[in-house]
Amino acid sequence: MARTPIVFMLNGSERASFADPGQNLLEFLRRGVGDLSPKYGCGQGTCGACTVTIDGETQLSCLTLAESVAGKHVQTAAGLAAGATLHPLQEAFMENFAAQCGYCTPGMLISAKALLDRNPTPTREDVVEAISGNICRCTGYEPIIEAILAAAKGRARA
Amino acid sequence: MIQSVETHATLAEAQRAMGSDAIFMAGGTLVMRDVNAGVAATRIVRSSDPVLADIRLSGDGVTIGAGVTMATIAAHRDLAFLAPVARSVGGPQIRNMGTVGGNLFAPHPYGDFAVALLALGARVNVAGQIGAPRPLADVLRERGRVGIVASVHVPRPQAPGDFGFLKVSRIKPKGVSVLSVAAHLPRQGGRIRGARVAFGAMGPMPLQATAVERVLDGQALDAPTIARAAQVAVEGLDPPTDALATAWYRREVAGVHLKRLLERMVRG
Repeated sequence: MARTPIVFMLNGSERASFADPGQNLLEFLRRGVGDLSPKYGCGQGTCGACTVTIDGETQLSCLTLAESVAGKHVQTAAGLAAGATLHPLQEAFMENFAAQCGYCTPGMLISAKALLDRNPTPTREDVVEAISGNICRCTGYEPIIEAILAAAKGRARA
Repeated sequence: MIQSVETHATLAEAQRAMGSDAIFMAGGTLVMRDVNAGVAATRIVRSSDPVLADIRLSGDGVTIGAGVTMATIAAHRDLAFLAPVARSVGGPQIRNMGTVGGNLFAPHPYGDFAVALLALGARVNVAGQIGAPRPLADVLRERGRVGIVASVHVPRPQAPGDFGFLKVSRIKPKGVSVLSVAAHLPRQGGRIRGARVAFGAMGPMPLQATAVERVLDGQALDAPTIARAAQVAVEGLDPPTDALATAWYRREVAGVHLKRLLERMVRG
């Protein structure tokens, strides 16, 4: 089986690695590239723990063929913080106790970032819709919604 | 186990590359599930043909490329009648990936978009096919061996109120269907002419409710007609039992939800 070389942008930096035929982007990122922030939950497109953005759109990395991101921009939760400075969404999640077990958090953050990038002043309904493809099995949705709204309003401690 | 992934520049080439060991992949939301579970074919065939992303408006209809995503439809200013249907599919990530063509092949309980297309009388252009586009109902019946779908031609409702769609799920805003139902009821002089009603999750594929259509045709959409339509809602349907609902439950509630949809269409 021939492995395919893939060159793409990950969180603003060019990266290259080899993908097996049929390998999904989640496996490719975690095992091939070493970005462990997207999580494997269901492998079926149900849970949203593996959410990344590809060219700015949220997609499920477990249902994305790794080689389809060649030449594209992929963003994961690992790219949110700038050095030791957390992203305002991460600050807001911390301030609002929006992570319990934390497994859904990277996917939630990416869905929230994609929302705020296209709609800086979302309503609560917009937030609920934006994270409707992300399951929190601790059922801690309220603090997550509050955190995203807080980040939008710039109320998070900077 | 996937041995190879092939991407072809044209649909014609992709069609030639297909075989019993290959599966065509568009958005990946269905095919990659099987790949991840290790039950997919050995070759994945894809195509970068621009026709797949095309949306072309004609006089009374619109031709939508099979690779157009649910998110694109939900945001398209000329496809407002389909936007609520597209928004009912999956969550935001799935809508950014899942395609019109793929939805025609979605197994139970998925395929809500195909339900709407069936009620609208959509026709399907298959890659490499000579002659007129095929009725969607035929394609759905033969979907294991239909070939690669290039596009669907969808008649646009004359009046916005002529078309309605309802999806019933246990989880909101994102959940799979207990059932879905779509109705296209063109009216002339207050009478329904050419009613088309389709159910999802009420059989192995989206199915037309022909008994309901017969009751509605030629009638005004009033309370007695709606009551009669609800009574025959499940005639000819064969709902499955799954983790969401039993066949019995689906039979019991199908008429109720059809009634709710039709009453909503009366209110406009």
